[in-house]
Amino acid sequence: MANRAAGKVTYIESTGKAHTIEVAEGWSLMEGAVKHLVPGIDADCGGACACATCQVYVDPEWEGKLPPKTDMEETMLDFAPERQSSSRLSCQIRMTPALDGIILRLPKSQH
Amino acid sequence: MLAPRRNAQRQMDMAADNQDNIVIIGAGQAAIQAVQSLRAEGFEGPITLIGDEAYAPYQRPPLSKAYLLGQFERARLFLKGDDYYAQAGCELLVNTSARAIHRDVREVELEDGRRIPYGKLLLATGARVRRLKCPGAELPGVHYLKTIADVDGLQAVFTEGKRIAVVGGGYIGLEVAAVAAKRGLKVTVFEAMDRLMARAVSPQLSAFYAAEHEKAGVDLRLKTGVEEIGGHGKVEWVRAGGQTYDADIVLVGIGVVPCEELAREAGLACEDGIVVDQNAMTGDPAIWSAGDCTRHVGREGHAIRLECVQNAIDQAKHAALAMVGKPKTYAEVPWFWSDQYDLKLQIAGLARPTDTLVQRGDPASRKFSVFHLRDGKIAAVEAVNAAPDYLIGKKLIAEGTAVDPARLADTAIKIKEVMG
Repeated sequence: MANRAAGKVTYIESTGKAHTIEVAEGWSLMEGAVKHLVPGIDADCGGACACATCQVYVDPEWEGKLPPKTDMEETMLDFAPERQSSSRLSCQIRMTPALDGIILRLPKSQH
Repeated sequence: MLAPRRNAQRQMDMAADNQDNIVIIGAGQAAIQAVQSLRAEGFEGPITLIGDEAYAPYQRPPLSKAYLLGQFERARLFLKGDDYYAQAGCELLVNTSARAIHRDVREVELEDGRRIPYGKLLLATGARVRRLKCPGAELPGVHYLKTIADVDGLQAVFTEGKRIAVVGGGYIGLEVAAVAAKRGLKVTVFEAMDRLMARAVSPQLSAFYAAEHEKAGVDLRLKTGVEEIGGHGKVEWVRAGGQTYDADIVLVGIGVVPCEELAREAGLACEDGIVVDQNAMTGDPAIWSAGDCTRHVGREGHAIRLECVQNAIDQAKHAALAMVGKPKTYAEVPWFWSDQYDLKLQIAGLARPTDTLVQRGDPASRKFSVFHLRDGKIAAVEAVNAAPDYLIGKKLIAEGTAVDPARLADTAIKIKEVMG
């Protein structure tokens, strides 16, 4: 039940290499990446919104479907390298069926 | 030690045949980081992980926090998905202990007598809990917290109204105390020192956390060592500081000791930790070690042993780099965190009692930090609900930048702009 896949997430490395992963409902998009062979998301703090090393760039068509950023996420994003307007911290976004098919691009480095 | 019964030629053949495989003893955070880094660095040989727990590598930090609170399902603890190991070409042996390392023939001997040859070996054996030695310490009802199994055992008795005696006012004891208070247990914390987390944080932080725990109803007993635990067949009371306290559960959090026996028995140098150099290499050029089990020369030039996720991750990365022939000196700034109630404590750097302290923000706002200055530079930062202070502090520590204490203390200046 808890592990029911809510849908697929595609992570695209800065090199262009794409990884499509089934992510369970309620898990964070960060977890979907780090538990598989997707390089490019460090998540040093394990998902506590405390390190800004799980930055992703969200494809424009998906941006509006995400929950808004909390103040905490906004503050932490200030510390992420190469921040863009589409930047989010992937530990702060929970997988739902509505996000099935979402495309996330990864920065060159998280540090 | 066991004498090898092979001739010299056979030994050389063995070593040559297997130089492309890597065996990792331990299956925790450092071990899995090494696997990940080895693959990222292009190592294509076989990797074998040997873990003595029943589980694939998992995160320990949530155990004393969200997992104990029941807000973090077990499946999320695992650092990798089940399919990762096959995809990464990594053989994972669980419930398996190594009992000896035969360096002369480059083999790890398992508990069942099986021998696994290695080209290169990584010791990521971690640490085990320091056990309480007082009378009654072996009674049922005395718990420790290090593994999933430990927490599952504790969960079963961790119910509202129970009286829990926490031995040790360090990170583990206080995180458990916070969870217990939230879940409606009656909590008493016994700490032998005169303040909480004395080994890890400044007196300001100790005082702040003491007040927070007392506000949550925790009974703090400082300068009070536990002398005896008693009861009829199970824990019923604890005697500390000459007084007797009723208790249903005892949780002991008095530190850990490095798992160095395998290394020591194999003739590798150990000094309260497996001694490694700045590339995580032991005295044997085919053996590295990373994580809680090691003693290494830190960035400040002293031999240190670090018990934290940061060291597991960074030292394992450096071990992996060295194993693939790309050594890079390990000199990362250590960092730590602790969650108690709604307080996120983040620490970077290693403080000394002689540091000059600069406070930024008001503890009454429950959002502040304490910077430790040494020779005009930031040596450490402790941030409570103040992640930006922590992140900037960590960066300035790494860069060794001189700071103006007055600007640092002035919250009218954004932390990002403190350097002007």
